[in-house]
Amino acid sequence: MATEVRIPTILRNLTNDAKAVEGKGATLKELIDDLDARYPGIGARLVEDGKLRRFINVYLNDEDVRFVGGLDAPVADGDTVTVLPAVAGGMR
Amino acid sequence: MLRIDRAIYDRIVAHARRDHPDEACGVVAGPEGSDRPERLVEMANAERSPTFYRFDSHEQLKVWREMDDRDEEPVVIYHSHTATEAYPSRTDVSYASEPNAHYVLVSTRDPDTAEFRSYRIVDGEVTEEPVEVTGGA
Repeated sequence: MATEVRIPTILRNLTNDAKAVEGKGATLKELIDDLDARYPGIGARLVEDGKLRRFINVYLNDEDVRFVGGLDAPVADGDTVTVLPAVAGGMR
Repeated sequence: MLRIDRAIYDRIVAHARRDHPDEACGVVAGPEGSDRPERLVEMANAERSPTFYRFDSHEQLKVWREMDDRDEEPVVIYHSHTATEAYPSRTDVSYASEPNAHYVLVSTRDPDTAEFRSYRIVDGEVTEEPVEVTGGA
């Protein structure tokens, strides 16, 4: 068993165009490390200085992981992790 | 070039006017690869601010899943500027992460005239493109 990770368009160049990949880990951080070992570079697109990048939203099932422990959020087999680019901006 | 139906164009402008003086934001979904903006989804501005917008992360997940289920993609991502011209700011450019999307900016600074402009934003580079409004008035 593993955790399904859904990949947004902007990062699919790192996953050979796959929309979803599988990874293993007991926490979100371990899962991202596992993905980065197989899809080098993906870790740096998600994490910076030990924190999730603010331009990226990561969801564990239906929850924004920022509200359930961030990188320390526990991940279980059968969970789905979704990565989406944050949509934001403004006049300045 | 962005081709957009008159009815959707009008609804984007109306949304921007309604939320003024806060920035309004949303997406227009269309079939994957079609480049046809067909289904307007007004999004809440989680910042409720006259100078900044951000899609609410939960609403975004719901809407993006819906698009996924319907084999759609975000063809247009729009937001308004309420006091400045309809041109992407540095913040807009740094967040732009849908290379296939048309980034539409509406300025509501003038109450009588709506500025409606469209851009491609790829790797930090902004290119304005013509907008063709289709369909009758």
